[in-house]
Amino acid sequence: MSKVSSYPQGVIQQVLGRCIVMQGDDIDTDRIIPARFLKCVSFKDLGAQVFADDRKELQGVHPFDRKENIGASILIVNDNFGCGSSREHAPQALMRWGIRALIGQSFAEIFYGNCLALGIPCATASAKEINQIQKAIELDPSQVWELNLTKKNIQSSLGSWDVAMESGPLEMLLKGRWDATSQLISQEAFLKQTEKKLPYLNNFTK
Amino acid sequence: MWELHRVAELPGGSTQLFVGLHLIHEVTSPQAFAALEEMGLHVRSPERTLATVDHIVPTISQERPLADPLAEEMLTTLERNCANYGINLYGLGSGKQGIVHVIAPELGLTQPGMTVACGDSHTSTHGAFGAIAFGIGTSQVRDVLASQSISINKLKVRSIWVDGQLNKGVFAKDLILHVIRKLGVKGGVGYAYEFGGPAIEKLSMEERMTICNMAIEGGARCGYINPDEITFRYLKGRLHSPVGEAWDLAVNWWKSLCTDINASFDDQIRFDASDITPTVTWGITPGQSISIDENMPYPESLSQSERLIAEEAYKYMDLEPGKPIYGVPVDVCFIGSCTNGRLSDLRAAAAIAKGRQVAPGVKAFVVPGSEKVGIAAEEQGLHKIFQDAGFEWRKAGCSMCLAMNPDRLEGNQISASSSNRNFKGRQGSSIGRTLLMSPAMVAAAAIKGQITDVRAFLPKSLENLL
Repeated sequence: MSKVSSYPQGVIQQVLGRCIVMQGDDIDTDRIIPARFLKCVSFKDLGAQVFADDRKELQGVHPFDRKENIGASILIVNDNFGCGSSREHAPQALMRWGIRALIGQSFAEIFYGNCLALGIPCATASAKEINQIQKAIELDPSQVWELNLTKKNIQSSLGSWDVAMESGPLEMLLKGRWDATSQLISQEAFLKQTEKKLPYLNNFTK
Repeated sequence: MWELHRVAELPGGSTQLFVGLHLIHEVTSPQAFAALEEMGLHVRSPERTLATVDHIVPTISQERPLADPLAEEMLTTLERNCANYGINLYGLGSGKQGIVHVIAPELGLTQPGMTVACGDSHTSTHGAFGAIAFGIGTSQVRDVLASQSISINKLKVRSIWVDGQLNKGVFAKDLILHVIRKLGVKGGVGYAYEFGGPAIEKLSMEERMTICNMAIEGGARCGYINPDEITFRYLKGRLHSPVGEAWDLAVNWWKSLCTDINASFDDQIRFDASDITPTVTWGITPGQSISIDENMPYPESLSQSERLIAEEAYKYMDLEPGKPIYGVPVDVCFIGSCTNGRLSDLRAAAAIAKGRQVAPGVKAFVVPGSEKVGIAAEEQGLHKIFQDAGFEWRKAGCSMCLAMNPDRLEGNQISASSSNRNFKGRQGSSIGRTLLMSPAMVAAAAIKGQITDVRAFLPKSLENLL
């Protein structure tokens, strides 16, 4: 495997790299990372285990094993990718394999949020456009693409397609505010106010 | 309710929402605690946090150290983190341990009007009490530990109105499988599912939990049911329920939370419970199900988007389109999980098992959802009924729902399972196959050695039998 660039940090305006195509609707997080690999207290070894059972079944021809895809950083998927279990181990495994952005027709919500919390954008496009992008990539997997979040498009010399992203997550990535922890703890005064008005924290007298 | 928990609006338009109850377990919390330590932060509200161990626990011998060193490491890590940060842990043998979505309700921790978060997608279960409850990932577990709040976008609400009443031998599990079949596994993305109507109002709290538990399998992050007298009766007298004057005040507040009869929804769908029959999945998503009376669909008869995954499913499951699911032989029968591991589930299964025998060659086992469920079942003699019929009676945990413990399928074994996911490899073998159904249907399948119709096994009266 080529050297994995550092994990996402700060402002994320673009992701540059080769693309990898993973076809199929409703690909669940059990498939992305089977439960037996969740027996760990650290995420660090998950990269090698991504899609472990699917890869075993396909004996070397799974997209994540094909030579031309090694080192790719943008994953192109279909509908409802990442459904099922909330395990963050799924985006962690993808990230540690090398994925820095996903483009698909739609994403399961918890998976989407987990990706955002890691600084990994999940952009969407219509089924037709996804199909076109996937075909273009398969024609020449060595092509380097740019996912540009400011322009909201993905392009290479093979073509350019618009992608969509909700304004909230987009702004969080563009401003480097996708790591929510510091923002949340900075609102301590408001947290205290909220606690004061919640009936179940005040013996139901409020 | 959303407004009451809203702390602030965050840049980008998402809401900072206060979390009233944070449930943690051994699988999705260790990395969150590690991140907290790395950032030099502490747990803001340990008293609003509750831990248990469920996913990795063995259900035969729970002697420490656990036989699996990885499982033992996860358990000791949780114990250490809870001790360090002053978090209450209901551990093995405490009498209160169990699947997180079983114990929080049975201990009275889950209450109407609360926000509940947990690093587990089946947190949608708690919406059955009129709570806003959602699953989160590990980074968000870290955020909730650090700030007792979360960054989240408001969901749209789809009303799922169910008229009529479930027929005999048809259970809450059949109802939710039917809904997911009709609306699809991605139909709920972006929505919370609010279940209501005469059929829902008649359900017990345990049945309502089964419904909301599987909202996530329909793509909806939250399930929700208005609290009512059945909710209040369930909560009265539980360990963490309000007492005395606070109880009366609580009930008054809870009553005020109900959705206005004239409320407008982002979407509304109606079902009739009397149309529903025992339902079984045949594929690799919880939406791929049919009635026990039907034949499995031909891929050509499905929409383009369903066709590809149907073909993939038939290949993986080694089942044939056009054939009934009735009569498919099973190797393993599993009764348990956060969907169907509660006392009423075990009672329904025991009513079918009583006086009968598990078919030769079938491995059948029952895993109570919690230590409390196990104790109550034993007090009622259910364990004897199961054991006499040839079922194994186990200790509480998630077990073969996701097979992170030693309970798993081998090779391409096929299971009849009362759990919630039939994904490829879900039950511990990368080629193992899962058929989802109600616990009573699982018990009937165990007796017959193949998928069968529980309605032919029903005692004249469930109540009289047990």
